[in-house]
Amino acid sequence: MAEVKKIATRESYGQALVELGKEHDDLVVFDADLSGATKTGMFKKVFPERHFNAGIAEADMVCAAAGAAAMGMVPFASSFAMFAAGRAFEQVRNSVGYPHLNVKIAASHAGISVGEDGASHQCCEDFALMRSIPGMVVMSPSDHVEAIAAVKAAYEYTGPVYLRFGRLAVPVFHKEENFQFQIGKGELLRDGTDVAIIANGLLVNEAIMAAETLASKGINAMVINICTIKPLDEEIVLEAARKCGKVITCEEHSIIGGLGEAVCSLLSEKLPTPVRRIGVNDEFGHSGPAAELLKQFGLSAEHIVEVAEDFCK
Amino acid sequence: MTPIELKQLQKTACKVRMGIIEGTHSAKCGHPGGSLSAAELFTYLYFKELNIDPANPKMEQRDRFVLSKGHTAPGLYSTLANRGFFPVEDLKTLRKIGSYLQGHPNMNTVPGVDMSTGSLGQGISVAAGMALTAKYQKNPCRVYTLLGDGEIQEGQVWEACMFSSHYKLDNLCVIVDNNGLQIDGNISDVMSPYPIVEKLEAFGFSVISVDGHSFEELETAFAQARATKGKPTAIVMKTTKGKGVSFMEDEAGWHGKAPNDAEYEIAMAELRAALAELEA
Repeated sequence: MAEVKKIATRESYGQALVELGKEHDDLVVFDADLSGATKTGMFKKVFPERHFNAGIAEADMVCAAAGAAAMGMVPFASSFAMFAAGRAFEQVRNSVGYPHLNVKIAASHAGISVGEDGASHQCCEDFALMRSIPGMVVMSPSDHVEAIAAVKAAYEYTGPVYLRFGRLAVPVFHKEENFQFQIGKGELLRDGTDVAIIANGLLVNEAIMAAETLASKGINAMVINICTIKPLDEEIVLEAARKCGKVITCEEHSIIGGLGEAVCSLLSEKLPTPVRRIGVNDEFGHSGPAAELLKQFGLSAEHIVEVAEDFCK
Repeated sequence: MTPIELKQLQKTACKVRMGIIEGTHSAKCGHPGGSLSAAELFTYLYFKELNIDPANPKMEQRDRFVLSKGHTAPGLYSTLANRGFFPVEDLKTLRKIGSYLQGHPNMNTVPGVDMSTGSLGQGISVAAGMALTAKYQKNPCRVYTLLGDGEIQEGQVWEACMFSSHYKLDNLCVIVDNNGLQIDGNISDVMSPYPIVEKLEAFGFSVISVDGHSFEELETAFAQARATKGKPTAIVMKTTKGKGVSFMEDEAGWHGKAPNDAEYEIAMAELRAALAELEA
């Protein structure tokens, strides 16, 4: 079997910024002393005159980006998810969300897969925080190809956007040729009839692998990638629930407030369907190698298979 | 400034104060104290200093003003109305359902408002971001922001100060309304931000201290700010909270309380008398 290429979506973000920067001089980038890690440093190398470091001051960075947007620019403001969505939440809410300014909050190092840095940096609450802001688009791309497309779509879209990227290199399963991306559109990756697995971020690839294993066990699983958690593609979720009658959600986020809850809210109101949520179970993470942590926290193809088998008994 | 100009500005400040009293009385809530202390500042900015056009509030090269102490919206609204951005009569709709005059400034509903504010400490960062962007865009506009002296207790203000001097934002002018009072009392008792001037100097600002009720001193300060290159300017203005309405002056209780009908009559009578004296 050919070696699967692995790229961290934060790398994709840096690359997309450079590509966009070449075409659009109204794109400016803000960072808070993490440009090497968030990969905005790639943009800084090519466009030093429009990369602004705010120092370790995320609240100030977010508001300065709001000021840039009020002046007609398209700012991308980056830090780790913990600080961009967490520490600066109220700044995002009041200085970006409320005035509906054209700021892109692009956060890296989200989720448990931050790894060795441990719980203080493993943000599993960002979807919940960002989803709660009226008018905020929330996206969590699953691989390199989708991340590049999501960044470009965020630039083209007018209004506040939250983008989540990971630290860990993850398999590139999308084919670049003919890849179509639209904000708010889910992607059917595999059709099925027994159970619908709805995932985002690095769990999408795990879901694909789980579906292959499940097929060998006689369970025909559907796999859906939901990059845009808000606004949610209601049509694709309702269709999946209608067809399979059982839904499993998978995300590298707390089971509180993320994709799982968004899907549950929709289904409970429009098409009550049994749901199992896979995510971080209302607990903090801890230090360790990312791959081991993901397994330990049940964010793996193996665990998806277990849950699906139990669900389909 | 000629004596005629000075008198005109003083009359306008008086009308701005009347609008503050009208708005908060009609709303039965709002923040008259810090609006009144900044009445001369608002007047000077919108009638003398800022490059703005009420007929074209989104003009690209206009000067920007960010009311970082957003709760003093009644002062900003009254000034904008008196300057012709919208009818003075509308001030009576302040804080009412359906009004575009929200409790705190909303850039998307009020003509002439450059940024939505209200959460203290954020406006100065936004203003700094605007000033930085103007430099990148080679937009000759200047950016002004008004902060309360209680507001500077917010840590973010000092992040923004660091940012402003780091990026040498000489197109940014930060004004601090030093009226000495915040909701819970005297700023020195609640959480002293003093020494304000020395702190701002240490953060790399060119700092000018003025009497915030003197148009002549404001004129000199803003001229100096415009002439200062390579660093941002801060104007620390000593003011009286509630200025112009006798029973509101220097009373922390009038930070966020509206005058009742009887108080409204007294306040308006005082302001009408002050205006008549200026017009005599």
